[in-house]
Amino acid sequence: MSTKLEKPKVIVRNLNFYYGETRALKNISIEIPEYRVTAFIGPSGCGKSTLLRTFNQIYKLYPKQKATGEVFLDGVDILQNASDLNRLRARVGMVFQQPTPFPMSIYRNISFAVKLYETLGRIEMDERVEWALRKAALWDEVKDILHRNGNSLSGGQQQRLCIARAIAVKPEVVLLDEPASALDPISTARIEELVTELKKDYTIVIVTHNMQQAARVSDFTAYMYLGELIEFAETEMIFTRPAMKETEDYITGKFG
Amino acid sequence: MVSLHTRRHLTNFLSQIGAVLTVCFGLFWLGWILLTLLQYGIPGMSLSVFTQMTPPPGSQGGLLNAIVGSFSMVMLSTLIATPIGILAGTYMAEYGQTGWLSPVTRFINDILLSAPSIVIGLFVYEAYVVHVKHFSGVAGSFALGILVIPVVVRTTENMLKLVPNRLREAAAALGTPQWKIITMITLRASRAGIMTGILLAVARISGETAPLLFTSLNNQFWSNNFNRPMANLPVTIFDYAMSPYKDWHSLAWAGALLITFGVLGLNIVARAFFRQNRPGD
Repeated sequence: MSTKLEKPKVIVRNLNFYYGETRALKNISIEIPEYRVTAFIGPSGCGKSTLLRTFNQIYKLYPKQKATGEVFLDGVDILQNASDLNRLRARVGMVFQQPTPFPMSIYRNISFAVKLYETLGRIEMDERVEWALRKAALWDEVKDILHRNGNSLSGGQQQRLCIARAIAVKPEVVLLDEPASALDPISTARIEELVTELKKDYTIVIVTHNMQQAARVSDFTAYMYLGELIEFAETEMIFTRPAMKETEDYITGKFG
Repeated sequence: MVSLHTRRHLTNFLSQIGAVLTVCFGLFWLGWILLTLLQYGIPGMSLSVFTQMTPPPGSQGGLLNAIVGSFSMVMLSTLIATPIGILAGTYMAEYGQTGWLSPVTRFINDILLSAPSIVIGLFVYEAYVVHVKHFSGVAGSFALGILVIPVVVRTTENMLKLVPNRLREAAAALGTPQWKIITMITLRASRAGIMTGILLAVARISGETAPLLFTSLNNQFWSNNFNRPMANLPVTIFDYAMSPYKDWHSLAWAGALLITFGVLGLNIVARAFFRQNRPGD
């Protein structure tokens, strides 16, 4: 696989995932390169979101879901280290499909996140909030209404607020679970621009059901089907000369 | 043969008539009650109702001690019962998805919710009043508090369950500890609904008479000692309405008017507040 030249940030080995008795991920092994955008594509139910959610252990909220195998973040197996889930989530941030602003002002949405880990004075907090909103390309639109409730923003703005919030705690990896699928085309385009900007400083993993989006935005793409990793390579290779027939069938629209 | 279209039109029309008639029927009785209250209550109303205390028959007076006593007992019972209700509701919605404690609590809560208030009054009488050998405002507040708790528990649990899971996930994904998720995100998101539940519980207990008959009794004079029988509007109305004195009757009507429109006002405020601050805002 051509990711050998890139330094891997997350290494997955023999990962199996269960929803109760159902096995949703079958022996997944993959290496996510640092400071690149990796996309997971595949038809509905293939396990791409499930795989993404093991990276920040968000599945632990639900007792019936469990994972076996190894997931290494910078060489440390996070599946074994049950110790500090919150520390892990400080390093691995996540943005969900539906925009989820907290029921508080725009400013507080971001300062709430930062306050979990750092104690900043008023001026430093203002700067951090501005920095996060600028990075999320939202600052110009909200700089005069920071006191307003997060819910008063449009869908696309809310999603950028969630991205700003995720970035504000300065994570190393940002996981995006179909971030633009609930948004209109213009907001989608802005989110995609954002992702390309962000990869300079963060490792990005994005799940998308939109193949064109994956082709536009990612450096590496993983094609999954029915819980298995079928193929993983540079995006250009996947979309022009896929190695596996299943991948080719999906890309060309023969099914899924 | 009547066409399908015409039949549907007719059915629609008749159902609408039926629905409107039913509403009118309900509103008719409500209107009659309110009109009667206004008819008999307004003549009894005057500034002295609010400034003078309950009088012996034949002299001038008002309802001041009853109003203040009712207000105090309602306040005390709400203050005690609301935290208990919110904590229980929060446990059931956020921590108790597995295990037996939640379903059992919910079941018992629903029974308590519809328990006759006179039974609650008798309970507090047996469990407390008999032992301390006197009636008191404290006992009255206990009884009213027991009426408030199930309402707050039910409202809190329902409102918390309405908060979409993705909000909790988003907070968890940032690394928020569970207690913070509950206090700063979930409870915050449902505060309008919970406030409404509390206001509705207050409206409910404001007019309860039966539990007070066995616990706080009534007091002819100024009562600010919670450890003694406390004056209150519902029992005063009860006493005065049953009496043979005309001036007491008119005071009873004034009291009834006060309670009814007070509760009506509280309900309207609660619902307007909820509409303005819908969950998620």
